[in-house]
Amino acid sequence: MKGFRYLTGVATLGLDPGKCMGCGRCVEVCPHQVFDLDNRMARIRDLDACMECGACSRNCPAIAVRVDSGVGCATGFMHEWLRGRKLSKDGRRCCP
Amino acid sequence: MSYLVPAGLYALGTPDYADPVLVTANYKMSYDLVRRALPGRNLWLLVLETNGVNVWCAAGKGTFGTEELVRRIEATRLPDVVSHRRLILPILGATGVAAHEVERLTGFAVSYAAIRIDDLPEYLDNGMVTTPAMRELTFTFRERLALVPVELVLALKNLAAAGALLFFLAALAYGIAGGVLALVAFLGAALTGIVVAPLLLPWLPGRSFSMKGAIAGFAWVAVLFFVRGYLASSYLLTVAALLALPAVTAYYTLNFTGCTNFTSPSGVKKEMRIAVPVMCGAVVLSIILLLIDWLIRHSGGVF
Repeated sequence: MKGFRYLTGVATLGLDPGKCMGCGRCVEVCPHQVFDLDNRMARIRDLDACMECGACSRNCPAIAVRVDSGVGCATGFMHEWLRGRKLSKDGRRCCP
Repeated sequence: MSYLVPAGLYALGTPDYADPVLVTANYKMSYDLVRRALPGRNLWLLVLETNGVNVWCAAGKGTFGTEELVRRIEATRLPDVVSHRRLILPILGATGVAAHEVERLTGFAVSYAAIRIDDLPEYLDNGMVTTPAMRELTFTFRERLALVPVELVLALKNLAAAGALLFFLAALAYGIAGGVLALVAFLGAALTGIVVAPLLLPWLPGRSFSMKGAIAGFAWVAVLFFVRGYLASSYLLTVAALLALPAVTAYYTLNFTGCTNFTSPSGVKKEMRIAVPVMCGAVVLSIILLLIDWLIRHSGGVF
């Protein structure tokens, strides 16, 4: 993504080259161009661009990609934290 | 006002058994924008039940997902309506849909076409080929600007409550003028975090949102300083303002992570582990300084 970079060295994304079949689905679904195909094998070319949305792992038929996916939303984490300590009964998160 | 379109299979133009099938959410805006982007074409539009939520958010929750897509294909008898076995999905729907599962369960192959609806005509005209640009997210000034009013409305209740309390306490301690000043300083810091920092996001230094916000907050303090010629009537008040105002801006800027399309949960958690204690510490310290200042003023020279 042009013009925007977030924190480096945090993404939980991992690829098992032994399982990859080279179908290219991960390249197709990633909105941040994290993957490319190298000699008919997926490769992580830009780990720090990963926003952990989970589209790649969900669409990998070989279960070669894994990531702890979720939404990177501070408001959501704050609500979660407050609910976990019974400080808030607010059931909704930041989004509807 | 309803933002829902009933889920189901819709015909755009007069499609026949060979025409493409596009899949979208039953958020009225998604549905309308798809229709508007493809005038004069014959297409099938399969609308999934996402409870009126857009594709990206619904995919994150799983309502725009494999299960609903498979169910909707069966409910609309899509295999009897079209002769081909291909579905065209938005790329941002991939978070919820497992293409290989859909194909295994229904026989329909999934193609993730583009991120933006506006790219659909080109995609369809070019033999359904996705160009690299169709796959790349953007977060332009205009796109960020569109998010600001929503964020403002969401913050309004808390801002009003905090602002009223602050005004009341400051007016009690320093008179009406002090109350007004505290209110203006606070609201300015909050609005810098809700409006200014998101708009200036790529140009504010640092990677973490709280850092960008703190810098914007210091800029707001500088504005106050230049307008008034000084910040506050005592050193203690000045330090208190320098601590609390950037913390308020940083807090609201940090909350903008939920509106962006490039922050990972791991990154946000890492940033929060440092930023939240620092922000809370700054505010607590600021309150202690304010109390000391108040005590000194009202102690009649005992201090």
